[in-house]
Amino acid sequence: MEKRVFFKGWWLPALLVAPQLLISFVFFFYPSGQAIWNSLFLPDPFGLKTEFVGLDNFRFLLSDPYYLASFKTTVIFSTAVSVSSMALGLYLAALADRLIKGAGVYQTLLIWPYAIAPAIAGVLWLFMFNGNIGLASYYLKALGYEWNHTLKGDQAMFLVILASSWGRISYNFLFFLAGLQAIPKSIIEAAAIDGASFWKRFGTIVIPLLSPITFFLLVVNIVYAFFDTFGVIHTITSGGPEQSTTILVYKVFSDGFVSQDLGSSAAQSVILLVLVGILTVIQFKYIERKVHY
Amino acid sequence: MKHLKAIIASIALFAMFAGTSLQAKVEIQWWHAFGGRLGELLDEQVNKFNASQNKYTVVHTRKGNYSETLNAGIAAFRAGQHPNILMVFEVGTASLMAAKGAYVPMYQLMKDAGQKFNPNGFVSAVSGYYTTTDGKMLSMPYNSSTPVLWVNKDLMKKAGLDPEMDLSTWKRVGNALDAAKAKGIDMPFCTCWHSWVHLENFSAYHNIPFATKANGFAGLDTELAFNSPVHIKHIQTLGKWAQEGKFKYMGRRNEAGKNFRAGECMLMTESSAGYAGIKKEAKFEFGIRHLPYYGATEAPQNTIIGGSSLWALSGKSKEENKATAAFLAFLSKTDIQAKWHQDTGYLGVTTAAAKKTKSSGFYKANPGTDLAGIQMMRNKVTQNSKGLRLGSFDQIRGIIDEEMEGVYSGKKTAQVALDSAVRRGNVLLRRFERANK
Repeated sequence: MEKRVFFKGWWLPALLVAPQLLISFVFFFYPSGQAIWNSLFLPDPFGLKTEFVGLDNFRFLLSDPYYLASFKTTVIFSTAVSVSSMALGLYLAALADRLIKGAGVYQTLLIWPYAIAPAIAGVLWLFMFNGNIGLASYYLKALGYEWNHTLKGDQAMFLVILASSWGRISYNFLFFLAGLQAIPKSIIEAAAIDGASFWKRFGTIVIPLLSPITFFLLVVNIVYAFFDTFGVIHTITSGGPEQSTTILVYKVFSDGFVSQDLGSSAAQSVILLVLVGILTVIQFKYIERKVHY
Repeated sequence: MKHLKAIIASIALFAMFAGTSLQAKVEIQWWHAFGGRLGELLDEQVNKFNASQNKYTVVHTRKGNYSETLNAGIAAFRAGQHPNILMVFEVGTASLMAAKGAYVPMYQLMKDAGQKFNPNGFVSAVSGYYTTTDGKMLSMPYNSSTPVLWVNKDLMKKAGLDPEMDLSTWKRVGNALDAAKAKGIDMPFCTCWHSWVHLENFSAYHNIPFATKANGFAGLDTELAFNSPVHIKHIQTLGKWAQEGKFKYMGRRNEAGKNFRAGECMLMTESSAGYAGIKKEAKFEFGIRHLPYYGATEAPQNTIIGGSSLWALSGKSKEENKATAAFLAFLSKTDIQAKWHQDTGYLGVTTAAAKKTKSSGFYKANPGTDLAGIQMMRNKVTQNSKGLRLGSFDQIRGIIDEEMEGVYSGKKTAQVALDSAVRRGNVLLRRFERANK
């Protein structure tokens, strides 16, 4: 049954939505408008003069093979981060859910990495895999495996995925655990009495009942992989080697703030804006339909 | 209550005095990129200046590495919060030069402030970088270095090589690396600043153009030219060494310096300014050699500088500009320059400082420290060896680094990588030309 509340007059509802509108304007509409406006210009770095170039910034971008490669990089990176951190989070949550003794301790320890800021997580992993002083790279070398993520693109990619997923596992763990604990024990017990195995129960009862949470986490994790992993990438690889870890957001930064090409950077922001809009629509239109609430 | 009033009154009185004494001194800001040992030495210079007079105070702030400092300066300029003095590395020179109105040219600053300043006192190979084609000096050279070959003599001995052997050509270096690899030395060769050493200086040293239009000095319509057969041969050699495990890639900037100082790397190409750190940390005997070149008979041209200059940003009061002028004039004094040169391994950028260092017997006591200066000034400068003046060059260096990583990892041949770097770099040069017409 739907509930609807009607307000008499207009000033109260206007007042109530005003803060939200104000925030949306200041933090979304105004900056987006600026980005769209700036994407049509080619300014010099100091902001002394600027030239209207129409859609040239977009033409320039779409003819740059490294920009196109950055899309692929972003897809690989965000898929790997979301899938690995969600799978591990779910696995750990399923284990922790079955704990009888010391559950609190395990849970606290598993949540811990979430408290670490991405940039710091990046530095930690960088230390371990540093070619000069890293413990991990030292042992890998002892095993006969040459580790050099400053030169090898796939190793660099692996490292940034590892560092980005690590803190995320905790976050996903937390939500999955809450989801698991919210599933009524009686349903699972009934299935067990009917002779369903653990995997059967997990596949047909737990997973569907977890789907709202899984969907929520999927959206949040993709947004995280798209935007919040900047710190990890900046500290570990700075987008290298050969731009193999330059995801779209990092390219906006490196072209805008390292290379001072603000026109191109603004154009990239606009493309990103459109892309995220499309992604959100797809997610809510198609994936959400399969979610049971 | 009376007590409280007395306290307030005394605070107010104190504040008034403090206020007036602060007002009497003009404070100026200097943003730079030096940490570690260099940061300490820079701090020392500032303190010396502040103590030497009572009219001005210089406050210095480190803003990260060279690129970060430049970007912080530019962002601050857009916001109107910029410092009086900004340290800009040589790569950013063209970007600043093109931004007319963002800075007060050095000659103008000194003239307006009535400061005595002799631009001819600087070594021309250095000041030429920061001077317009019609001879006007725009910024003040601060630290300048040039690449040299650093030798770990202990590892040379371990490789069964004579530590004093001739390493003047890349062929001889190659032979030494073969021997070192055969003896199981893990890192026979490493390098810092790949593009700067192996393409930019390489071009000047072999007297071939890095870019057309006199490496950009003669116009914004310059095009990159570092994909000639000689360049390709060298980069291909480095790629081959990397594949054979004789050359280890440690990163784009000066990461390899750590490996050298730790005694892991036998031969390293790095700035002469690596001296401060190597002297402090190396627990082995090291030597300094000229940068190697190709060709057995033809003598090399000169190498070019890297480092930074100080720019006086515009939009500051007359009083503050006076303070800036006084401080920059102070920095160019012979005593300050000579000490800086001897402490850091940066070149003596004024002729007087170089002379003073020589007469003090420093070069004799520290063999090899004079090589960088000799290498830079050994020949009459040609169009190809004057330096580089290319827009968006920090970004172009990034592209070069990326492409070279492709060669070292064996994914690309030198020909493919350099052609691609030239093509991608030219796009940026055209964009820069368009934005700065």
